[in-house]
Amino acid sequence: MSVERIPILKMGSTLLVSIQVDMHDQLALQLQDDLTDRIAATGARGVLLDISALEIVDSFIGRMLSNIAGMARVLDADTVVVGMRPAVAITLVELGLSLPGIRTAVNVEKGIDLLAARGLDDRDGNNRDVVGR
Amino acid sequence: MSSDADFLHIRGSQDIVAVRQVVRARAMELGFSLVNITKVVTAASELARNTLIHGGGGTATVEPIREPGKRGIRMTFDDKGPGIADITRAMTDGFTTAGGLGLGLSGAKRLCDEFCLKSAVGTGTTVMISKWG
Repeated sequence: MSVERIPILKMGSTLLVSIQVDMHDQLALQLQDDLTDRIAATGARGVLLDISALEIVDSFIGRMLSNIAGMARVLDADTVVVGMRPAVAITLVELGLSLPGIRTAVNVEKGIDLLAARGLDDRDGNNRDVVGR
Repeated sequence: MSSDADFLHIRGSQDIVAVRQVVRARAMELGFSLVNITKVVTAASELARNTLIHGGGGTATVEPIREPGKRGIRMTFDDKGPGIADITRAMTDGFTTAGGLGLGLSGAKRLCDEFCLKSAVGTGTTVMISKWG
């Protein structure tokens, strides 16, 4: 049986993941592993996670997003989560999750801008921790 | 259980997705708003996962409920697992025995209108939640 996987696309120094399926827990864990491997293998500096197709984000998926951002950070890559639906955002906060430490943007384009801004400021020698906030 | 109830077995992480899909379809039929659909599906996802992880699997029953002037959905999650020794602690944000975020029970309660938890050590756990549309 083939292993179900969410595709990871490489665009320059950014990895793009668009989640288009109703994710079960194993698939979320698989994505976490695959993405970490790809960041290490490619030296990617940014990860863009498009969750615009996700109809819910529960605590398990929320934890996956935090884990990915944390592991990417350790591997010197920035993560931006883009496209969260308003109803999902309202529900997440009421659930008790505010996704601390995760950068977000309203869409892929803004997310790419955010990652690009970080890259430019890095070259200027600015403090990357304050960039894009 | 009324005759128009859905009854689902929860044995693996794919079954959590199945529960979400049934709850979503039912909430849509009942004319729930998008935010309320998202909340009730998210609560169902949390509780179905609890049934799987803590209860070792079990069942979910999803049924429409009616009161004068309002319609809603009731979900009952049942397992024959080890039960919850300290319900007060289990309901506390951040308390976890499974390495999760500890938001499953407390978060699901916040997302719904009525919440009832019955558990006995060695016998199992039943969680019943309702949400009005």
